[in-house]
Amino acid sequence: MPHLENLVLCRESQVSTLKSLFGERHHFSFPSIFIYGHTASGKTYVTQTLLKTLELPHVFVNCVECFTLRLLLEQILNKLNHLSSSEEGCSTEITCETFNDFVRAFKQVTTAESLKDQTVYIVLDKAEYLRDMEANLLPGFLRLQELTDRNVTVIFLSEIIWEKFRPNTGCLEPFVLYFPDYSIGNLQKILSHDHPPEYSADFYAAYINILLGVFYTVCRDLKELRHLAVLNFPKYCEPVVKGEAGERDTRKLWRNIEPHLKKAMQTVYLREISSSQWEKLQKDDADPAQVKGLSAYSHVELPYYSKFILIAAYLASYNPARTDRRFFLKHHGKIKKTNFLKKHEKTSNHLLGPKPFPLDRLLAILYSIVDSRVAPTANIFSQIASLVTLQLLTLVGHDDQLDAPKYKCTVSLDFIRAIARTVNFDIIKYLYDFL
Amino acid sequence: MPALPRQRREPSGGIKFVEMSNRKTKSNILVRAESLSQVQRILRERFCHSTHGELFGVQVQYKHLIELLKRTAIHGESNSVLIIGPRGSGKTMLINHALKELMEIEVSENVLQVHLNGLLHINDKIALKEITRQLYLENVVGDKVFGSFAENLSFLLEALKKGDRTHSCPVIFVLDEFDLFAHHKNQTLLYNLFDISQSAQTPLAVIGLTCRLDILELLEKRVKSRFSHRQIHLMNSFGFPQFIKIFKEQLSLPAEFPDKVFAEKWNENVQMVALSRITVSRPYLTSADLMEAHQLCSMDSKANIVHGLSVLEICLIIAMKHLNDIYEEEPFNFQMVYNGERRIRYFLSGTSLMPENTNVLIDYSPEFQKFVQRKAHSVYNFEKPVVMKAFEHLQQLELIKPMERTSVNSQKEYQLMKLLLDNTQIMNALQKYPNCPTDVRQWATSSLSWL
Repeated sequence: MPHLENLVLCRESQVSTLKSLFGERHHFSFPSIFIYGHTASGKTYVTQTLLKTLELPHVFVNCVECFTLRLLLEQILNKLNHLSSSEEGCSTEITCETFNDFVRAFKQVTTAESLKDQTVYIVLDKAEYLRDMEANLLPGFLRLQELTDRNVTVIFLSEIIWEKFRPNTGCLEPFVLYFPDYSIGNLQKILSHDHPPEYSADFYAAYINILLGVFYTVCRDLKELRHLAVLNFPKYCEPVVKGEAGERDTRKLWRNIEPHLKKAMQTVYLREISSSQWEKLQKDDADPAQVKGLSAYSHVELPYYSKFILIAAYLASYNPARTDRRFFLKHHGKIKKTNFLKKHEKTSNHLLGPKPFPLDRLLAILYSIVDSRVAPTANIFSQIASLVTLQLLTLVGHDDQLDAPKYKCTVSLDFIRAIARTVNFDIIKYLYDFL
Repeated sequence: MPALPRQRREPSGGIKFVEMSNRKTKSNILVRAESLSQVQRILRERFCHSTHGELFGVQVQYKHLIELLKRTAIHGESNSVLIIGPRGSGKTMLINHALKELMEIEVSENVLQVHLNGLLHINDKIALKEITRQLYLENVVGDKVFGSFAENLSFLLEALKKGDRTHSCPVIFVLDEFDLFAHHKNQTLLYNLFDISQSAQTPLAVIGLTCRLDILELLEKRVKSRFSHRQIHLMNSFGFPQFIKIFKEQLSLPAEFPDKVFAEKWNENVQMVALSRITVSRPYLTSADLMEAHQLCSMDSKANIVHGLSVLEICLIIAMKHLNDIYEEEPFNFQMVYNGERRIRYFLSGTSLMPENTNVLIDYSPEFQKFVQRKAHSVYNFEKPVVMKAFEHLQQLELIKPMERTSVNSQKEYQLMKLLLDNTQIMNALQKYPNCPTDVRQWATSSLSWL
């Protein structure tokens, strides 16, 4: 079908496999087909396009949208109803609470004239969420053809492999079809396909080449790459528009766009800033360093003592308790780090994560690092509580343990270093891992 | 599905796929096209939809079953039996065949059948309603309220008694996915059914179909004692020559096929395919098609998924593999992988700048930074958030799994994870990985015994 080939690129063999599986309208087909492949490998698109172009009666349901049994079954039945009775206008909505009711209603709906002799296809997208619903749902759908005694095929689309779906006691095995990932050539072909008409195809292809050169090692997801291609194309065309370079001055164009793409990797790709912010940035030609990403907002301005509390909490989380003496006492004597200890500390605390500490320890460390005398007033305690609310500290253990609460410090090393710098405190000197 | 034995867990879809791929012929003879369409229809129906196929090698079991059913239908004896066999061994087909034969006997006009399925009737209330419906007693029950399950069931069975109130219609209960019924609360349905089958009020035959060999252990003591302990096992122990025979029979067209010439040629081909690799003209099956179909069915799906990962994600997997090798399968977290990766790459660059204390975070030492920027390793020097995004993608694909459920209190980087690929899978996948950079491959195969 030439029309189909224009719509669906680089998927010829999968399309022909599916077409041959479907067969003719009134033929029976496999009771269930399982299609798996990476995100953006075209599973949903190809299935939908194929079913629409061939005009086969089908129902398309997304399991993320219909996350409970009832929503899922009712949506299937209502869509089928609309398929079979498109002339009568709005018929009554069917309700269905259990799978048994679904099977009975399904048998009824498919006796309608327009659906009688043909294979009805039910497509379940994001089928991995079916595993978390009721246990009889997945085996039931796999056997739907047998349970309803009708000509129906259920198609499952998922990212996760079939082995992780299989129920414990086994089930009717579906026909498993793999949609391979796109090779770099395929990606180039597909991305070059949507070039804007003002520019030549070669110009756009060169741009895609550069884009893939920067992003291919990190991400092969077609959706992300398309998004990035669309966002960054105006910047690429800028020298041509301004007249500084011709369409074929690839080196100049590359020099212009490359730092831009690298910046995009750290911001738009990570969703640190939204695409509309990015576009504004390009138009205004502002300094990219000025843009504050989402994670920049995590640097809050804290009051003086709160900063010290946070530093003390970080030290308490990442230093083992027995080393406190060495760091925080005026006259401590030497601590011998024996070989025995070294051998067993294969991983530093910075790799394992923060450890919980009691409140007393926090206060002890706090008093030793703050120069002036700090009284244990309610002020200090309320600052600790607000740090917990800001999620810079977390409370560990039960809420009702009022007399000895335990905390954990959940900030990163970079963050705490920035804070320590603002109060002129050299935190590296006090960390056990950096001795 | 016909009772085709399977050596492994693969669907008979392999055979299906084969005939489909041949339909791209441009047959200019209309008759031929019509024949092909018919062939498709017959074979598809036989494979996909038919539950009334031929039986192979289960004559003994079939005889046992049909005897039992006849005793219930004709002599009014109550019986219970379990049919046990792996998935796809033909349990449903066996019982359907037996019931069909039973119904053809004259005396069995008034035998009633109730078909229940463990997947559909997930609790006893629904099961009871279904029984009422299948016995056509909805009007009789009306709006009655019953005290217990047992009352309800005995009311239903009473209502089946014929006019003179002495003989009751025999009822045959077929319970598919029998093991799921054993998970109902108190196993009430099973208890009552078996109870009635023992107490000889109504002639009742209870036939359970299950794939679990240990089904008797799932039954409660009181249910087990009322069960007759009769079991019919369907174990497919066909040898290869028998398998070929079944294959030929399944694919051959029946005698009533309209186009005789075509049917003959087809059947001839089927005979040959099983024995040799002769290439034949397109409309017929070839063994090459079978091989192709087999390939399709036996792909390693995890390897396929790894094939589609980006280079950064592959590097992460290799780093995790090395961590597993060094620390003997202890769980790791993102921070360890990220730092371990850099430490290992640092080593591979051949430098002797390895500091004494390996616990130190190397990425903060100025020499390391200078070094990385000097050599061409900067192409792999990604920012930590970018690496984190790749790590989360691996988690989404379920190639790594958290050890315990994510809690709000713990940070993402420090959550302990487990890698769900083993070394051979990784190495095989790397062999097939397209355009794998050589130093990544080198890194994967290097051993790290120095650490």
